[in-house]
Amino acid sequence: MSLLSVEDLVVRHGLLQAVRGVSFSIERGETLALVGANGAGKTTLLRAIAGAHQPAAGRVLLDGADLTNVPSHRRVGMGIALVPEGRKLFVQMTVEENLLLGKTAGRAGDWSVDRVLEMFPNLKPRRHARTGHLSGGEQQATAIGRALMSNPDVLLLDEVSLGLSPLVVDRVYAALQGLIASGTTIILVEQDLNRALSVSDRVICMLEGRVALEGSSKAVSRDEVTKAYFGLHRKSPGSVPA
Amino acid sequence: MSNQIIQGILLGGYYALIACGLSFMFSVMRIINLAHGSLAVFAAFALWWLASRFHISPFVGLLIVLPLMAAIGWALQRFLLERSARGGALLPILTTFGLAIVIDNMLFEQFGADTRSLAPYIGSLSYDSWEWPGSIYVGKLAVIMFASAVILLGGLQLFLTRTRLGRSIRATSEDPDTAGLVGVDARRANAIAAAIAMVTVGLAGAFLGMRATFDPYAGAPQLLFAFEAAVIGGAGSLWGTLIGGIVLALAQTLGAQVHPQGFLIGGHAIFLIVLFVRLSASGLGLRGLLRLPSRSAS
Repeated sequence: MSLLSVEDLVVRHGLLQAVRGVSFSIERGETLALVGANGAGKTTLLRAIAGAHQPAAGRVLLDGADLTNVPSHRRVGMGIALVPEGRKLFVQMTVEENLLLGKTAGRAGDWSVDRVLEMFPNLKPRRHARTGHLSGGEQQATAIGRALMSNPDVLLLDEVSLGLSPLVVDRVYAALQGLIASGTTIILVEQDLNRALSVSDRVICMLEGRVALEGSSKAVSRDEVTKAYFGLHRKSPGSVPA
Repeated sequence: MSNQIIQGILLGGYYALIACGLSFMFSVMRIINLAHGSLAVFAAFALWWLASRFHISPFVGLLIVLPLMAAIGWALQRFLLERSARGGALLPILTTFGLAIVIDNMLFEQFGADTRSLAPYIGSLSYDSWEWPGSIYVGKLAVIMFASAVILLGGLQLFLTRTRLGRSIRATSEDPDTAGLVGVDARRANAIAAAIAMVTVGLAGAFLGMRATFDPYAGAPQLLFAFEAAVIGGAGSLWGTLIGGIVLALAQTLGAQVHPQGFLIGGHAIFLIVLFVRLSASGLGLRGLLRLPSRSAS
């Protein structure tokens, strides 16, 4: 059985339909990349999976259990953690306090403040600094660490490279590679297509709230994704050989 | 003069106590609770009723009244403030304003217009004093109140910074949406924060009844003092609230020195001066006026 699946999910922002009937599923240990232009509905989809947006229709299933009406704070306890777009740290609080907040749900696991600091050594000297004063890379590391502290089964990463210098992005992805290798299930939204294709097992390209292309990251060509990205080929989802 | 200063500082402890709940609620839940004074008077009446009816000492009565206040805080948040907060920033203020009127008049209906005090029920504590060097006499009750204020504010500060629940409450106050995403139940955190705020209000009501008299409509002046102390100290900062209370009390004491009628005027004057200084320093604006919190650093 799939670890996480989404069935015909529809999410609205008022009158705007941001996600229009999206379905996919992800196996344990798999890494799925979500790509698509701004406004394609990627962030809304991730937020709906994390429970921050109530969908208008459709279901979210974790290990076969229906999560659709479960509030976000309880989903963390069930093993879903989101690193939100723009990091959304608690800027009045220190790095350590932000990390400890990730433990609120109380899931068993081996992530601790020390282990996060080991994974992101650049945070070590900033442990007791307020996150409002950190650099973008340090903030992103804290945000990822905070999500890991809940010992998630599924980690949702929303544009972790946004606003970071290429060098820092490399460092963040080096840390993520370790997570991927350790078998953590990851859904990531990434604007950099090359990077998205290289770290993921499977890629979904969204266009105007729908899945425009889905396929194995190894099998799809850059060109195909680019076409789907801009809506140049209007094929039904799944027609691309996977 | 040193006598006046010491008495002023001790009175400041009382103001800090009544301002504590107001400041806490504003900093954590962004709610300005206009029913603050009325709720304190309600707690005072509850203690008075227990003492006069069942001969329960007000200090023992706190064991009953404080949990009651916590329950009231929880219910207020869950059934009233949470709902009204969905209607915008103004609605909770109007709601608490209406609540103040309801409480005042219910107390009036129940207890009449008589002025009450808890002083008769605490024995000699209400007038006993210690002699400090330099033949300065300080009221025992005033010292107890000051110590309570320091312990309460310090305890709250420690609670907010050192405990998991405290961190959850701070995270919720900063960003309830993201707090949910890291696993914090924002509704629960807010309800607990409201319960804690009401416990401090209950304590403030107890000291109000012990050091002075109260009647069903005594809430408004208490709210005013609490508000002045909280704003002078920078609303949202707990230690600032203690400083604010002391500054307010010293200004009142100084005002009373200048003229027998100057007690209240001195307090209002320092409040307005602080407001204008802060307004001009922040380049005008309501945000600067309330100086949004710098909690944990304070």
